[in-house]
Amino acid sequence: MLKLAKFLKPFQFPVMLVLVLVLLQSLSELYLPTLMADIVDKGVVTGDTHYIWKIGGFMLIVAAGGMICSVSASFFSAKAASGFGKLLRTKIFSHVGDFSLQEFDQFGTASLITRTTNDITQIQQVLIMMLRMMVMAPMMCIGGIIMALSKDAKLSLVLAVAIPILIIIILIVQRNAIPLFKAMQVKLDNLNRVLRENLTGIRVIRSFNRIEHEKKRFDEASWDLTQTAIKVNKLMAVMMPTMMIILNLTTVAIIWFGGIRISNGHMEVGDMMAFIQYAMQIMFSFLMLSMMFVMIPRASVSAGRIIEVLDITADIKNPTTPRPPVSSNGEVEFQNVSFSYPGAEMPAISNISFKMRQGEITAIIGGTGSGKSTLINLIPRFYDAGSGKVLVDGIDVREMTQELLRKKIGFVPQQAVLFTGTISENILYGKEEASDEEVRHAAEIAQAAEFINEMPEGYNTLIAQGGTNVSGGQKQRLSIARALVRRPEIYIFDDSFSALDFKTDAKLRAALKEETQQSTVLIVAQRVSTIIDADQIIVLDNGEIAGIGKHKELMETSKVYREIVMSQLSEEEIA
Amino acid sequence: MSKDSQNHRPQQGPGPRGPGGGFGPMGMGAPVQKAKDFKGTLKRLITYLKPYKMQLIAVLITAIISTIFAIVSPKIMGKATTKLFEGLMMKFRGVPGAKIDFEYIGHIILLLIGLYILSAVFAYIQQYIMAGVAQKTVYQLRKEVEEKLNRLPLKYFDARTHGEILSRAVNDVDNISTTLQQSLTQLITSVVTLIGVIVMMLSISPLMTLIVVVTLPLSFIATANIAKRSQAYFKGQQKALGQLNGHVEEMYTGHKVIKVFGREEKSIEQFEEINERLYQAGWKAQFMSGLIMPFMSFINNIGYVLVSVAGGILVTKKAIEIGDIQAFIQYARQFSQPITQTAMIANVIQSTVASAERVFEILDETEEIPEAATAKKLADPKGEVKFEDVSFGYKENESLIEDMNIEVRPGQKVAIVGPTGAGKTTLINLLMRFYEINSGKILIDGIDTRDMKREHLRGLFGMVLQDTWLFNSTIRDNIAYGRDGATEEEIVAAAQAANADHFIRTLPDGYDTILNEEASNISQGQKQLLTIARAILADPAMLILDEATSSVDTRTEVQIQKAMDHLMKGRTSFIIAHRLSTIRDADIILVMNNGRVIEKGNHQELLEKDGFYADLYNSQFSGGRMKNAG
Repeated sequence: MLKLAKFLKPFQFPVMLVLVLVLLQSLSELYLPTLMADIVDKGVVTGDTHYIWKIGGFMLIVAAGGMICSVSASFFSAKAASGFGKLLRTKIFSHVGDFSLQEFDQFGTASLITRTTNDITQIQQVLIMMLRMMVMAPMMCIGGIIMALSKDAKLSLVLAVAIPILIIIILIVQRNAIPLFKAMQVKLDNLNRVLRENLTGIRVIRSFNRIEHEKKRFDEASWDLTQTAIKVNKLMAVMMPTMMIILNLTTVAIIWFGGIRISNGHMEVGDMMAFIQYAMQIMFSFLMLSMMFVMIPRASVSAGRIIEVLDITADIKNPTTPRPPVSSNGEVEFQNVSFSYPGAEMPAISNISFKMRQGEITAIIGGTGSGKSTLINLIPRFYDAGSGKVLVDGIDVREMTQELLRKKIGFVPQQAVLFTGTISENILYGKEEASDEEVRHAAEIAQAAEFINEMPEGYNTLIAQGGTNVSGGQKQRLSIARALVRRPEIYIFDDSFSALDFKTDAKLRAALKEETQQSTVLIVAQRVSTIIDADQIIVLDNGEIAGIGKHKELMETSKVYREIVMSQLSEEEIA
Repeated sequence: MSKDSQNHRPQQGPGPRGPGGGFGPMGMGAPVQKAKDFKGTLKRLITYLKPYKMQLIAVLITAIISTIFAIVSPKIMGKATTKLFEGLMMKFRGVPGAKIDFEYIGHIILLLIGLYILSAVFAYIQQYIMAGVAQKTVYQLRKEVEEKLNRLPLKYFDARTHGEILSRAVNDVDNISTTLQQSLTQLITSVVTLIGVIVMMLSISPLMTLIVVVTLPLSFIATANIAKRSQAYFKGQQKALGQLNGHVEEMYTGHKVIKVFGREEKSIEQFEEINERLYQAGWKAQFMSGLIMPFMSFINNIGYVLVSVAGGILVTKKAIEIGDIQAFIQYARQFSQPITQTAMIANVIQSTVASAERVFEILDETEEIPEAATAKKLADPKGEVKFEDVSFGYKENESLIEDMNIEVRPGQKVAIVGPTGAGKTTLINLLMRFYEINSGKILIDGIDTRDMKREHLRGLFGMVLQDTWLFNSTIRDNIAYGRDGATEEEIVAAAQAANADHFIRTLPDGYDTILNEEASNISQGQKQLLTIARAILADPAMLILDEATSSVDTRTEVQIQKAMDHLMKGRTSFIIAHRLSTIRDADIILVMNNGRVIEKGNHQELLEKDGFYADLYNSQFSGGRMKNAG
């Protein structure tokens, strides 16, 4: 929690103001009973109506002053808390933007999203509460104690007994309640999980006739949660009445002892009446504080999650003195490259060496976990090689700026990601300044033109968030068009044809061949038919190169390649 | 997995409130979700409380008693003060032998202590009973939802995201739970307090009561005005927050694309623009809603001042006693609290009823068509399947399958081919009667599937889908899912037949290995093997298979294929086919495109037809070139 305090620094001034204003407001709130005591002791006792009116007017002014303070405090705290939230959000967002894939994988996308959105909102709300109420509670408490002491120090002994008792009870209840609250959250998650499993597996459950079984599972989780919830609420049922009893008994004690002191002439009646009100204010401020304790654990979880993100720094940085590339023909070379994911026992790829040239198509094939994706992620420097070198245009990728490197690359990821906006905006993502002509051309090559033209608004059709209004195959084609419009030196297709039907796949590949003659092309694929014509096929197995060459050569030399081909095509097709 | 992560999308709207929450300035002025049919839904929600009539009456009574005790005490306390003051005044006037009557005060104090304790005890009893009632009611509601979900047709689930259903079944129910637990009793005590306080104040001084009551409309006007203004800002804030969340989600999911296309700065620029809007709307909304408290307390304080002044004057005129002022001040303070509280509870109840409405919407969905009264059963299923003039469409006026006739003899293999998204699962949905056909008949061994119990019908099929569904438990339990009461030997035998035994034994805990929530501790291919083992154990008469594609590496794929071949032996099988060998061996090939079955026949027939299938086949397996290459 405290670590985030440094983000409050720009708001030092408004926060200080809030503190002062809240103090003033509490004082005005506390001053009212004192004035009332004056009315009783001086006005009522002597029957001086004029005095009563005068003090009454004064009270109104004090009350109005209190309101002004409180309104201004609200203004500054709203500004400070919202500003804090804004600052923190921007900070996290740009920080995460710098992450390489490695750091990204560490958290997972879903988790990073929650951290940037929900967690910050959560903290911002707690901050507002703190500025509004939590600051108020101690001020009220301190002010109340000062007033009580100044009115009658001896009578304050009643408070010296009552307050510790109150604190002890709050602590005891909290100590018992917090583990129960945690248990309840776990059980709620559990229930959620069972239900989620029921929803995702609905076909399996119904086809295996296991409805009764699932019903029982759900019922158990649900009953478990119910039991804990009842326990928590029964415990909380103790809290409020106990608090009220202490509060009320304190008042009674003040009357009794106050009465004795009045009788002995140490105190006046109005003072005692004011004293009762101070005691109430003090006790209530403790109650308010105890409510805060419920909020703080929740916020501190959020804060911890945010700090985790901020504490990680991207390890991929631009070189201090970038080297200009010697050529720009899109040549890519791997020199004895190995790479391990952090914490992994085995390297994901090891001792990879090969070269890709302009106008050639290189294909990578291999099973899941053979290191295909890892390998291609090293080219745009999503990861840095552990040992060895990746050269683009003759220069180590670590020695040029990321911007320059990525300008050379047209990347089509495995999962086609589109953004909210029109179709043409999505294609323009590859090259902002591309003309309409270029966009249309790219779409045509990508075999997307046909379905785009069939859409009611053509290129101006809006893509919904997550691309939910286009099919998987259409998404893939748009994502290919986006890379094409860039006219890069190097094309990387990471298994980007998987959602296309065979016919479109064939047409697309033929068109691509024309388009990419001046470029270096790298294709990762699962289907042998996709890569059969490649100039060079790299067979990956367990992170190592198990064969390099053309289809025909590999059929003779590589056992792994033969196995892959066999599993996909019947003998007749191969022969 | 990607589908799943979407369901984790941050939820907006009312989150679960912790116990003890529900008040404080936060919720004030924020817009509230409203129910479409408030009255009807509320009535229906109340029927859930009917079984607890006695307990609720007890809650009502204890709440009233506890509140009454709490309300009476200030007036009694005031008497003690008055007595003090009287004694003092007499001393002041120099009345001989004047002293404060401590005996009387002592009595009052004892009486007060008794009242306080009783009030607290009753308050405790009330909360205690309510804890049981609220939680059990919610438990009942959850149970009904779960049972209902089991009776809903698949149509319902396919049309909605999991997140949406989950949010109703969990969040909305949770919302109802919190309200029942807290707000209901708060409402009772607030109303009782309000009435009680007015009565007590009237008994002290009608004039002063009038003064306090006059401040009421002031608070109402102030609150309503501020709330109305802040609503607009809250809406703006909500909108900006939604946009911001959307942007973050999009940018994070597309992180790789953004980097590789060098769009980081653009993305941050856009973020900052939305963030600024959020800030502007946000601080205004916070500020406006934060105004309610100061204004309320100012109006309160005006009341306080007026009471002090008027009270003081009245005492000098001997119209009331000094202790009455003290009591009155306490009442006046208590007076405004239940009003604000009731206003807040009104909001809470509105959002609760909206939640309840969403839950009831689930409970009111149309269920699967009930089973035939005299269900037929196949004693010895042979696996003969016949589609007679079957027509079907997911939407009423959009028919996908028209007058389809297929005849499958026992042990035959039916391959379903077509591009992704062609609707290959439609046929499976119909076979298993997950969806109802519009007209025609589907017969198994000559019996209409609608004349069988669903349970029986589905038991005839074994299913292995690409979307492997396993649950968060041990491997053994997951395989045993295929059949109730399977023995250890049978489970191991099934695993062996599925080529899964070996890899299971290499896992640290063997068959006791617990699959984690995403089942990410075993590979996709291994998952597939487990689902095959599950189907083998179930030993069905017919099979529905989805062949593995890209997500599995080729070696595991060979193993899966072997296991599937083993499974298919002698059984009628429906296969969503990706592999050429499967397609060519099939007795019947159904070619699907755009959700329709467009061609039907065996491999040779379809090639001769030279239609869509021939086209598809030639492009995929470009045979000519292969011959040259090999």
